[in-house]
Amino acid sequence: MQVAIEGPWSPLFGRLTLDAIPYDNPIIIGTFAFAALAGLAVAVPVLYYNKLGYLWREWLTSVDHKKIGVMYIILGLVMLFRGFADGMLIRTQQAIAVGPTSPGVLGAQHGFLPPFHYDQVYSAHGTIMILFAATPILTGLTNVVVPLQIGARDMAFPYMNALSLWLTTAGAILVMLSLFIGDFSAAGWVGLIPLTELPYSPGVGVDYWMWAIQISSIGTTLNAINMIVTIISMRAPGMGWFRLPVFTWTTLSTNIIGLTAFPVLGAALALLGADRYFGAHFFTAGNGGNLMLYTNLFWIWGHPEVYFLVLPAFGIFSEIIPTFSEKPLFGYTTMVAATFAIAGISWTVWLHHFFTMAAGPDINGFFSLATMLVGIPTGVKVFNWAFTLYRGRLTFSVPMLWSLAGLFLLLLGGITGMMLAIPSVNYTVHDSVFVIAHFHCMVLLIGAAIFAAVAYWWPKVFGFVLDERNGLRFFWSFILATAVVFLAMFALGFEGETRRLDYIYDPAWRPMLLTEETGMGIYCLSIFFFVRMIYVSLRDRIPVPADPWATSRTLEFLTASPVPFYNFAVTPQVNARDELAWRRAHGLERAQPQAFEVIHMPSNTGIPFIIGMLSLGFGFGMIWRIWWLAGFSLLGIILAVIIRSFDKNLGYELQPEEVAAMEHNLATAGMFAEQPARIQLTEAEAH
Amino acid sequence: MATQTPPSEGVVLFHPHFAGHDQISARTLGFWLYMLSDALIFAALFAAYGVLNNPMGAAGGPIATQVADPVEGFWQTCAVLGSVATYSLGTVALKSGNKGGVMFSIVLAILLAFIFLGFEAHDLLDLLAKGDGPTRSGFLSAFFVLVATHGLHMLFGIIWMLVMLVQIPLFGFNANVVARLLNLRMFWQFQATIWVILYVYVYMIGAF
Repeated sequence: MQVAIEGPWSPLFGRLTLDAIPYDNPIIIGTFAFAALAGLAVAVPVLYYNKLGYLWREWLTSVDHKKIGVMYIILGLVMLFRGFADGMLIRTQQAIAVGPTSPGVLGAQHGFLPPFHYDQVYSAHGTIMILFAATPILTGLTNVVVPLQIGARDMAFPYMNALSLWLTTAGAILVMLSLFIGDFSAAGWVGLIPLTELPYSPGVGVDYWMWAIQISSIGTTLNAINMIVTIISMRAPGMGWFRLPVFTWTTLSTNIIGLTAFPVLGAALALLGADRYFGAHFFTAGNGGNLMLYTNLFWIWGHPEVYFLVLPAFGIFSEIIPTFSEKPLFGYTTMVAATFAIAGISWTVWLHHFFTMAAGPDINGFFSLATMLVGIPTGVKVFNWAFTLYRGRLTFSVPMLWSLAGLFLLLLGGITGMMLAIPSVNYTVHDSVFVIAHFHCMVLLIGAAIFAAVAYWWPKVFGFVLDERNGLRFFWSFILATAVVFLAMFALGFEGETRRLDYIYDPAWRPMLLTEETGMGIYCLSIFFFVRMIYVSLRDRIPVPADPWATSRTLEFLTASPVPFYNFAVTPQVNARDELAWRRAHGLERAQPQAFEVIHMPSNTGIPFIIGMLSLGFGFGMIWRIWWLAGFSLLGIILAVIIRSFDKNLGYELQPEEVAAMEHNLATAGMFAEQPARIQLTEAEAH
Repeated sequence: MATQTPPSEGVVLFHPHFAGHDQISARTLGFWLYMLSDALIFAALFAAYGVLNNPMGAAGGPIATQVADPVEGFWQTCAVLGSVATYSLGTVALKSGNKGGVMFSIVLAILLAFIFLGFEAHDLLDLLAKGDGPTRSGFLSAFFVLVATHGLHMLFGIIWMLVMLVQIPLFGFNANVVARLLNLRMFWQFQATIWVILYVYVYMIGAF
């Protein structure tokens, strides 16, 4: 039941031909050379130091939530860099292609990107930044931190956790592959309909976009299930609901959003797939299709997704600000209530993404009011943070600076968001770069929270200091760049520049566009400082105690740094909301357990990695319509799941003497230490 | 709040031999959450069906009265509810640890599921043969995808049951097998519930 497609098709290679490789485009060849060098920079040391086995045994097959979290974050940072490179291309194109006399190179009439290529670049920028940078990094952070914060040994489903990671990775690999084999979608990250339909996008670009999102969002949904169950059922004794750290609360609410929103995106994309692969008519421009159906379904996911990203950011601020104010969080209960209010409202505002698209004043009015309601709980949060700071003993460490900068971005993004919530204002600035500047303030607030969290939990996870000098330089250059780029963009929005322009027809915008380009240069500088910060930290490796900040309040700072792979030698008993602060107040923070006990650990398994790679094969087969590849990969996935269900996998046990020895010499217990092969439990021993 | 209560001598800081967490109940909770996400997929499909189920969506092709036969749907409903009932009787046998009883009821549940799928395949193939396939109109796309997605769930459940038929004699009722059997019961109930909604929404309302 194959629909008619343009171009050649063969049973063996599907639509794939040598022409799919854009070897005539110097930008892509340059990118490929860069990616290949970066790959070699990783592969050569691994092979030289003979660490391939270590990589496989301790990382790729790991079911340890901390390692999975770190891998999520590495994946997200790589994709963040890719997304930034796309942003750089967009800004540079707009800085060059101004006015009819502007020069053009590489086949473009103006600038250096022809329209089709430029469209792919902004589509990739949005898709990557939301789904493959921000989402994996935040998922990674919650993966690392939440089980530690609630005093658990691992997630509820360690195996499924690894599966989530490798599905997300498969999606990210597909996005990266689209650079070098074929095209990416040119229909925007939202998949403008009916542009994504086969007659208007006959290539493989939309298929890349669709399958990459589809596969990775299955991973996100599974992770949401895992997180919710972990938080509900794995808390340490004594940790009642109102002793839960706020970051854990926000993780819970965010994953409830993820669990309910991502399936709708999956359905919307599957229906689009039915149109593109079977010739169905869900969203086609004729034959009974309905364009607004897609737009609604997409944003029913799309808006909750925004809060899916921003709530963990709020949680991060709620951890960092009390730590560096040396005070408990002001208004804990209202903070929790505000978190769930935001989550609840997130489902009722999606239509504000298309106020101008044929809804009557009553509908626009409802969604306008619903959108403005978000401001109330968000305001509660901001005041709570402000009152936490008030008369606190403030330390302006790097994480604290990021958090405070995040609050300013929240204010700027939030107030412009309130402006956009008014339909009459929206009509004048719809699709202008004012909207772009608004939501970049919001996502950069999430970015600020991410960098705050990396700086805050880095010493905990790795056991050594994150270089502060370069961290400060990174912070200031990043914030300066954000101000320069996006304040100029607000101005351009008011001057009427619409989004997604590959050619600037009004030369009066040139000064502001050049200002933005300058800001991009400062961002490049900030990336340099970021890399240097990591390099200097790895080089110096100044060890830290269990609580590197000396004023931390929550349970994750109770155990050693780096965190032992079993998290807690003995499960802690929780006595207060800020357990560590409570112990410190009573001089108990160094108290150690009297005796050790048997610790039951899950065994590593390669099956999640294999399923991830099979879904990559499935996605690639579907994109290029190589049916045998897609079919065998799908069959392989089903078989792998069934085979895994026959694996008894009872894990292994650490004996008390072993734990005592490791607690005595923590270097052998740290999550990065290579562990000896362990003997799996037999069924007889387990009972 | 940190200094509200000074710790007495009896303060507990660690909880050795913490019994931990009930694996089966955690898996059941996880499965409930999976079903919630699956229910949202169906919610989106029902919404799509609702949007496209009108003369505009039918684009001159057949409408719900002409494709959804409530009588045939009634026999399908009997089959699917019968399948759920037999499986549930199997969980009664599970309580008494009766392997044979559980396996027998699973075999019956599979047979009834196949009867259901037979009706459905006959239905959809008939429409395809008449040229009223999913490519005919937006309405038929929604009808086919909604019905087929439910059918795929049943197929998935059948594969799961076949795996259990191997695992029960192989492993007996260990924690893994029991958790899977309980989750499968919920899954089977879930797809039947979806079918009942589908029957009412598509077949019964469509018939009038």
